[in-house]
Amino acid sequence: MEFFRIKRDIPFMRHALVFNIISGLTFLAAVFFLFSRGLHLSVEFTGGTLLEVTYAQPADLGGVRGAVAKLGFADVQVQNFGTARDVLIRLPAQKGVSSAQQSNQVMAALQAIDPSATMRRTEFVGPQVGDELAADGLKALAFVVVGIMVYLAVRFEWKFAVAAIIANLHDVIIILGFFAFFQWEFSLPVLAAVLAVLGYSVNESVVIFDRIRENFRRYRKMNTVEIINSAITSTISRTIITHGSTQMMVLSMLLFGGATLHYFALALTIGILFGIYSSVFVAAAIAMWLGITREDLVKGGVAKKETDPNDPNAGATV
Amino acid sequence: MNRYPVWKYVIIVIALVVGGLYALPNFFGESPAVQVSGAKPLIKIDSGTLVQVQAALKTAGIEPDLLTLDGASVKARFNSTDVQLKAKDAIQRALVPDPTNPSYVVALNLLSRSPAWLSALHAAPMYLGLDLRGGVHFMLQVDMQAALTKRAESLSGDLRTSLREKNIRHSGINRVNQTIEVKFRDAATLANARALIQDQFADLQTVDVPDGAEFKLTASIRPEAARRIQDQALKQNITTLHNRINELGVAEPVIQQQGLDRIVVQLPGVQDTAKAKDILGRTATLEVRMVDESADARAAELGTGMVPFGSERYLERNGQAVIVKKQVILTGENLTDAQPGFDSQTQEPSVNLNLDAKGTRIFRDVTRENVGKRMAILLFEKGKGEVVTAPVIRTEIGGGRVQISGRMTTVEANDTALLLRAGSLAAPMEIIEETTIGPSLGAENIAKGFQSVAWGFLAVAIFMCVYYMLFGIFSSIALAFNLLLLVAVLSMLQATLTLPGMAAMALVLGMAIDANVLINERIREELRGGASAQAAIHTGYDRAWATIFDSNITTLIAGLALLAFGSGPVRGFAVVHCLGIMTSMFSGVFFSRGVVNFWYGRKNRLKTVSIGTIWRPDGNTAIKAQ
Repeated sequence: MEFFRIKRDIPFMRHALVFNIISGLTFLAAVFFLFSRGLHLSVEFTGGTLLEVTYAQPADLGGVRGAVAKLGFADVQVQNFGTARDVLIRLPAQKGVSSAQQSNQVMAALQAIDPSATMRRTEFVGPQVGDELAADGLKALAFVVVGIMVYLAVRFEWKFAVAAIIANLHDVIIILGFFAFFQWEFSLPVLAAVLAVLGYSVNESVVIFDRIRENFRRYRKMNTVEIINSAITSTISRTIITHGSTQMMVLSMLLFGGATLHYFALALTIGILFGIYSSVFVAAAIAMWLGITREDLVKGGVAKKETDPNDPNAGATV
Repeated sequence: MNRYPVWKYVIIVIALVVGGLYALPNFFGESPAVQVSGAKPLIKIDSGTLVQVQAALKTAGIEPDLLTLDGASVKARFNSTDVQLKAKDAIQRALVPDPTNPSYVVALNLLSRSPAWLSALHAAPMYLGLDLRGGVHFMLQVDMQAALTKRAESLSGDLRTSLREKNIRHSGINRVNQTIEVKFRDAATLANARALIQDQFADLQTVDVPDGAEFKLTASIRPEAARRIQDQALKQNITTLHNRINELGVAEPVIQQQGLDRIVVQLPGVQDTAKAKDILGRTATLEVRMVDESADARAAELGTGMVPFGSERYLERNGQAVIVKKQVILTGENLTDAQPGFDSQTQEPSVNLNLDAKGTRIFRDVTRENVGKRMAILLFEKGKGEVVTAPVIRTEIGGGRVQISGRMTTVEANDTALLLRAGSLAAPMEIIEETTIGPSLGAENIAKGFQSVAWGFLAVAIFMCVYYMLFGIFSSIALAFNLLLLVAVLSMLQATLTLPGMAAMALVLGMAIDANVLINERIREELRGGASAQAAIHTGYDRAWATIFDSNITTLIAGLALLAFGSGPVRGFAVVHCLGIMTSMFSGVFFSRGVVNFWYGRKNRLKTVSIGTIWRPDGNTAIKAQ
């Protein structure tokens, strides 16, 4: 089976400007929603109490809301979680009431209405922890960005490092933009997914950069644009198949992983889709704008010998 | 050219055998079990305990599937929960005759059903996190400022005593937050006092503060001493928590320090958070009272008379009754420290107590009036009192340093000091994070995580086989090997597997196939370019390797960042993610090449390889290889 029957190199870079404008606009929209709507942060970040309660029959959200409201807690959110029988109740941190009292009071109130209500999970996070988590998240992001840039700068060249990081940070912002626009819950596993996506889509750019470097060595007559086009064309089938495989796994998580993994899988899905786009259309284009040349990559003139001539097992390489 | 030397195959076989062996315990599942461990630090669990448990089970007519002594606990495995509960009751009756004063913790647990020879190899199933097995997680923050303040208070008491002993006259000692201010009338006494502090108080550093006409000395706790105090406070709190949690009967509690001032407590299987929190937050109280030595009380002590009015009957730990007055002289709040030691003259083992300023004053007055009489120190926990010790007062005790000695062994002195200290936490704690997972949710999470991995794996494997034919099968075998290795490594390290960890497992498999896709595409490309079959395989693997290495390194950087800065669920994700990337490099390149070499390497005149359709752009017809 072969999906990709490409006869000629596809001139991806001819439309580089258009692609960059598209991604620029998406990026701006994401930033806009991030600021105007903000992220819907989970209890882990904001501090507060979370209760997951399950009922024997589909739960009456209105009744639950009323019962909790009667206890005098302000800003209570009640929603279904996964199935109609599971309810998630979120209470903001209250002064003077300990988490134990909070969750016990709520459970008592709910069981008074419907004795089939059983507690499945509670989570309480103090406000001091939340701030730390946000700080640690930013530190982790900074570490990833610096680490990847240094590695790429050493392994390739600083222009690639800059291009890859811009392309992939833009993925991260777009994922966050989605979470802000739809007000999906941003929890710790989602943060993990976002950072994993950053590493993953950089690896996508690396594959293309690797091919660009190789093509610079092999095709001495081609100019930079042609080299990039050829590199993207020859890796496109691998790009799609790999991402497709990863997406199959993520899809399986989305379908079978339940509510806990739902947003995690969703963040990965967006990350994978935009990862393809940004690696193919954005990263290479930025590297092109930054003016990569053959001399940048093929240091010391002739490329290193790929095989050892004394190796009896060495065959003809093409 | 596509042949591996023998040693490479040996490595692969070893990895397969070791990986298989350590992944194996995960397939046996778990059985209900009862675990017996010591409830007090002095209780030793040894083969004697094992015999006791065995005897208890025999009399109850229960035959355990397995009965072992494992480290500091005896574990007995049963085939059903019914038998497990019966066995627990039987063991409880035999080993813990007095439920109010348990020496053993008898807890329900789950034990791996893996055979004994696997356990002998230290092959154990993966350690499941709380979100997969159900339980409670607490994070407690220790109030270190309070610990320092408490210490400053006790130091100021000590200083007062020392100044008096040396006849250095001061005009007032005050504790202001964590510093001690001492005022003097003239410079000479101030200098004397400073010399004394430098000489006898290693924990304090002094600063002169000229305050108008007064001579004032300000002493503060040295930073290194402050660090040590905080460290001790944390350790003592952990010890106290251990003692309290033993009572809950949790099979494998985790009590760990996190950072400088936090303690994480994880209680797998515990559902009753309210009770757990109650026990964690409970403060045992210590009370000092006088022993009632009237004739009536003597009679009551021997069990022949009524307890006189205004007195109560408590038991000493050796079971002897002591009649003490109801009036409380001092409480544990006035006790700043208790340490085992030796009497400086008789070299007898002793327990040394330190009292704070208020305690010192009261204690001096009481002891002056009651020389020759007995006083009792009682520990109240759960509203139940116990006499820790009831010594005779020999002389008036000023200075706040109390020594209890005589009729004590070193072990008893240690034990008493521990009990006196365990009564209170070194510093107050606050719960700043709490998670409860119900048992059904845990089981459900395992099923969800497992299904995600299984279906995802199946889908990828089927696609690979259809698209790349035989090479797809090789890739799928490599992917399965990757999963096996990952499970084996996680089992070996006993890293905690959580639901995000299972998600990472699925994700890592999805990413690991990337290496094989790269290789297979590269081989196809070489074939398309007209290379011979063997050469194409060789170049394909060689060329793809650099790319695979680069891309895995960048993914690993992200994984390490998560590991370094993540906490809780993020860390669980990161551990599996990082390990998975490393195993995937081994399985995706080294192992899959081994399989390919094994299959194709020996065929000298290999014309075609089964890697799916090789489509050539020049001819319009696709060449279907094999």
